[in-house]
Amino acid sequence: MTPKTYRRRLDLDAGRVDLSHGSGGRAMAQLIADIFHRAFDNEWLRRGNDQAAFDVAAGRMVMTTDGYVVSPLFFPGGDIGSLAIHGTINDVAMAGARPLYLSAGFIIEEGFPLSDLKRIADSMGNAARKAGVPIVAGDTKVVERGKGDGVFISTTGIGVVPKGLDLSADRATPGDRVILSGSIGDHGVAIMSKRQNLTFDTDIVSDSAALHTLVATMVETGGQSLRVMRDPTRGGLAAALNELAQQSRVGFCIAEETLPIKPQVVAACELLGLDPLNVANEGKLIAVVAPEAADALVTAMRAHPLGRDAAIIGEVTADDHRVVQMTTGFGGGRIVDWLSGEQLPRIC
Amino acid sequence: MKYIDEYRDGQVARRIAARIADEAKPDVSYRFMEFCGGHTHAISRYGIADLLPPNVRMIHGPGCPVCILPIGRMDAAIRLGQRPEVTLCTYGDLMRVPGTDGTSLLKAKAAGADIRMVYSTLDAIRIAEAEPEREVVFFAIGFETTTPPTALAIRLAAERQLTNFSVFCNHVLTPPAIQNILESPATSEIDPVVIDGFVGPSHVSTIIGTAPFEHFCEEFKKPVVVAGFEPLDVMQAILMLVRQINEGRHDVENQYVRAVTRDGNRIAQGEIANVFELRESFEWRGLGFVPYSGLRIKEAYAAFDAERRYAIGDMPGRDNPACECGAILRGVKTPTQCKLFGTLCTPDTPMGSCMVSSEGACAAHWTYGRFRDRVAAVS
Repeated sequence: MTPKTYRRRLDLDAGRVDLSHGSGGRAMAQLIADIFHRAFDNEWLRRGNDQAAFDVAAGRMVMTTDGYVVSPLFFPGGDIGSLAIHGTINDVAMAGARPLYLSAGFIIEEGFPLSDLKRIADSMGNAARKAGVPIVAGDTKVVERGKGDGVFISTTGIGVVPKGLDLSADRATPGDRVILSGSIGDHGVAIMSKRQNLTFDTDIVSDSAALHTLVATMVETGGQSLRVMRDPTRGGLAAALNELAQQSRVGFCIAEETLPIKPQVVAACELLGLDPLNVANEGKLIAVVAPEAADALVTAMRAHPLGRDAAIIGEVTADDHRVVQMTTGFGGGRIVDWLSGEQLPRIC
Repeated sequence: MKYIDEYRDGQVARRIAARIADEAKPDVSYRFMEFCGGHTHAISRYGIADLLPPNVRMIHGPGCPVCILPIGRMDAAIRLGQRPEVTLCTYGDLMRVPGTDGTSLLKAKAAGADIRMVYSTLDAIRIAEAEPEREVVFFAIGFETTTPPTALAIRLAAERQLTNFSVFCNHVLTPPAIQNILESPATSEIDPVVIDGFVGPSHVSTIIGTAPFEHFCEEFKKPVVVAGFEPLDVMQAILMLVRQINEGRHDVENQYVRAVTRDGNRIAQGEIANVFELRESFEWRGLGFVPYSGLRIKEAYAAFDAERRYAIGDMPGRDNPACECGAILRGVKTPTQCKLFGTLCTPDTPMGSCMVSSEGACAAHWTYGRFRDRVAAVS
C-alpha cells in the first residue's frame, strides 16, 4: 500500500507566486500541474516530458518566436494569454502556413496572484483549443519582486506551408493590390483606454484573434497570386507597409477613404493626438496580391467572420525611395511614415 | 465622425480652393503665416498647400510650444528629473526633446530617473497626493491654452496644502511673439520675406479671445483671421485673408466662431491672473529673448515654484550652429533650406526644435510633405 501524502492545494483565491514555484521542487511541479497542464491539457503534455515529440509531414515548415509584455495584462477583448496564442498563430499563418504546434514560456514575478495566473493560463488554453493548435511544451521561471512586471510570456509556433505557396515580404511587385482584412486601430485603442493614467470609456474591444482560418480561405481562393501577408501589429498599418516597401524595394499608394476605421477609434485617436495608421492591431492582416486576383479574394474574405470588412486599400508602386503615400479624403496627398520614437509604451 | 468629418469634407475644400484661386489677384503675392503648430499640422496632413494657387503661400510660424522651448530650460528639466528625490511629470511630447549634450528625458528615464508621462496637470497632483515621500515636479510648457490647467493645479495644491508639489513654469504668451516676428530685422528690413497676414491661433484664442489682436492689427496694419484647426477652417481663413488684402483692410476677423469670442474665457483668464505674472523677458528658441512674453509664478505661490525651490538659475544652452530653426520659425527660411534637414536631422534623430514635435514645421514637412519636393524635382 502506498503511503498517503498530504498535499496542500494551491490557494487560487488569495495565493501568490513565490520563489519556490520556480525552484524546481514540489511547489513548481504543483504549479505546473494545477494551473498549466490543467488549462492546456493535451496528449503531449500528459506524457510529462521535457520536450514534445510529434511526426511531421514532408514539406516546407515555418517557425516563429514572440514575446508578450503587454500592460495591462487584462484588457477589453482579451488578455496577455489569448494575445500570445493569437499573435503566434498569426505569425505562422502570415506565411500562408497551417499552424501545428505551440510552446509557451512564462517569466513570473514573485508575488503575482495565482488567481491571475490561472485566469491567463485558462484563457491561453481556451484560445489554443478554439484555434485547434495545441500548446505542447512549456517552461516556468519565477523572478524576484521588482525584476519583472507581473508576467511575461514567450512563445514559439511551428506550421506547415501548403505546397507551391511562397509568401515573402520581398515579393510585392508594382501593380499588385493591397487588401486589408478589416478595421484598424481597435487593439491599440482598447489597450490605451485601460492604461493606468489614461482611463476613458469606450466600447471598443481588442480585435485579438487567430487569423489562420481566414488565411486558409485566402490560400484556397488566391493560391499563388498571394505575394505577401503581414499582420500590422506594433506600429500599425503604417509600419507594416513601410517594412514591406523596404523589403520589396517598392512604394505603396493607399487611399484614405478606403480604410475601414471605427468612429470610436477615430474619436479616441483625435482625443489622444494619435494617427490610427500607427495604432496596433492583433486580428487584422494585409495581403499584397496579384491585381487580377484581388476582387475574388476580397469576396472570399468577406464571407469569413474575420474578414467581413475586407477592402482593397491601394496598390504597390514603383518607387526607388520606397515611400508609402496616401491620398487624403481632403483631396491632397501625404506621406505615411514610420512612427518616430514611441507612441505609448508596450501595447503588445 | 460627427462634427469632425464635416470640417474635413474634400468637396467643400475644392469649392473654397476654387474661390481662393478666383479671388486671389495674379499680380499680388499673398504670404500668410499660420502661427500655430496645429495649423501647420493640418496644412501638411491634408495637403492644403496643394490646393492653393502659387501666389498664395503659407509660412509656418513659431506656435509649437515644444519647438520654442529653449534648450537651456530643457537641460534644467532633465537635471531636475535626475534628482533622486524628484518625480518629474511631463507631457509626452517633451520626452524626446534633446538637451545640449544629446540627452533627453527619455534617456534620463532609461538611466533610472523617475520621469512620468501625464495627460493632465491633475494627474501630477494625484501622484503627489498618492506618493507623499516623492517630490513631484510638473514640467509646465505651452501657450495660453495649457496655462489655465497649470494655474488650477497650483491653486488646488495650495488649497490641499501639498508640500511635495511644484511647477517648473515655461508658459509663454502668443501676442508678444507675433509682434516680435514683425519687429525683428530679419522680417522687416534685411530679408525679402514679408508677411501679409496671419492665421491667428485657434485654441489660444478660446482663452484670450480675439481682442488682444486688435491693437496689433492697428499698429502693424496686418490682418489676422483667428481660425480653427480643422482643414476647412484653415482654408476658409485663407480666403478671408485674401479678401482683406484685396479690400485693403487689416482687421481682426474670427473664423472660429463656434469656439472663440471677442473676450475669451474669463474664468480661465482669472485662474491665470491669480497664479501667474509677467516675466520681463523670456527666451524663445529661434526668436531669442522676447520682452514680456513669458509667465512666472507669483510670490504668493512661491512654495509651488520649482525654479525657487530648486534654485534653478540661468539656463544657458547651445543649439547646433548649422540649425536653421530660428529662421524657419520666423518664416525667413523653409525646412528644406536647412542643411541639416533630412540628413542629420530627422524625426528619429532631431537636432533642432522644429523637428522634435510632430507639430514643428520641419517634422510636419518631413512626415507629410517630402514627396511634394520630389515630385517638384522630377517634373
